[in-house]
Amino acid sequence: MGDGSLVHLSRDEIRADLEAGTQAAAARAKVPPLAQDELDHLLEIYASPYRVVGVPQGAEVILTTDGSGTQDMGSRLNDLQIYEQVICTDTIELYNHDYSYKAVKTILPYEQTIMRQAQLLTTVPLQYGAMPDLGRYTQPDGPVQNWSELLPLGRFDEARAAQEEAVEQSADDIEFVAEGMVQAGADGLDLDTVGAAGDADFLAALKAVQAIRARFPDFGIQFGMASEFVLGMHGQLEYDGKRLAGLWPLDQLRLAQKAGATVFGPAINVNTGKTCAWNSARALTIVKPCMAEAQIPVHLNVGMGVGGVPMHVSPPLDAVSRAARAAVDILKIDGL
Amino acid sequence: MGEGDTFGQPVAHGVAAGMGGLRTAGDLVARLQLTRGLRLPEAKRYVADKLGVTVEDLSDPVAMYDVRRALGLGTYYDSQYCGTADPNSIEAKFHIADLLDLPINCVERFRRVSAPRRMGA
Repeated sequence: MGDGSLVHLSRDEIRADLEAGTQAAAARAKVPPLAQDELDHLLEIYASPYRVVGVPQGAEVILTTDGSGTQDMGSRLNDLQIYEQVICTDTIELYNHDYSYKAVKTILPYEQTIMRQAQLLTTVPLQYGAMPDLGRYTQPDGPVQNWSELLPLGRFDEARAAQEEAVEQSADDIEFVAEGMVQAGADGLDLDTVGAAGDADFLAALKAVQAIRARFPDFGIQFGMASEFVLGMHGQLEYDGKRLAGLWPLDQLRLAQKAGATVFGPAINVNTGKTCAWNSARALTIVKPCMAEAQIPVHLNVGMGVGGVPMHVSPPLDAVSRAARAAVDILKIDGL
Repeated sequence: MGEGDTFGQPVAHGVAAGMGGLRTAGDLVARLQLTRGLRLPEAKRYVADKLGVTVEDLSDPVAMYDVRRALGLGTYYDSQYCGTADPNSIEAKFHIADLLDLPINCVERFRRVSAPRRMGA
């Protein structure tokens, strides 16, 4: 199930869930449902009795992470080395426990020191990651008025002005950290959970990416979404003439690659009350339109609670491996 | 981004669908995605051509072990499998940058900061 609990289903029940999942996505995101042969293939994946399923030989994809390691054992450098040498991931990512560019800005020299040391001791691409995290710019902890308090009071103009102010500050902070990480030798920057605070959060990330790309043409930029749909907390913000509120992954991708991202990561939320088959069919249906149009690699978010992976800190191996294989087989995804 | 959270999830994704990082050519293909924004088929083809292997070889840990050692592309920190003559980490990244004809930021930084300096220059 989407919450990770074990459930036994017949083939007919799985087939019904796959069909319901793709139809739910088609209705909600206004995209075509999966074709019958794709649903048949998903049925074989989800009806498999085996604990682990895998992609065909030669169809393997790149794995990226939102942070490598737990930071609670050994050092952060140890975390990166373990990911590279023991788990053998394709990329690794240095991060701070306080996973926010606003927080990292104040400790950037310390983060640069770890980055430059880690670059001497690792071989695989090593990025730095954090979240735009626009909510952190609001009072009482941040500098701008809190739009979540203003909106219920009907003070819409003030709420919008506060978000616009936060956008500029956030974009500046992300660019500031990016510059520092370029100086320290990083291979790229991961903007994780873009849009978590709505359309203003999304705009801050786009503006930051555009500025970073203009200054550092060879710097990797991962643009990972927070959820499937950009919430209109502001409602009137635009980028490149496109209104941001209400965008689904295809339009998110278009803007991310226009701004200058080199990897786009759609995030499709899991319904914990539905089966993994239902959730996977729904996620793949929503993301599929991206694959034909993408000019940059698409790495589907398949951490806990997104992309068909159950919302649990220890998602079962059978569920995770099925979500991964389904994405590769159906979407021809560029990475996970 | 993709595989996100820790506590075993990277292992599950790696077994099911991952290229294998240092075990194979996963890190090399990833560099083409991050730095050049190449889609997966183009990135794999580029790396295979530069290495003189097939695309299928890129995910074969046995084939790539020999290729990585021969070309000095870095391997495991292990006295049995990585002798003092085998480049690793920053040493290997110099070879990777040359072989892939790709700028690697830390390699360029290394060259910059390790260049000879003189007082008053």
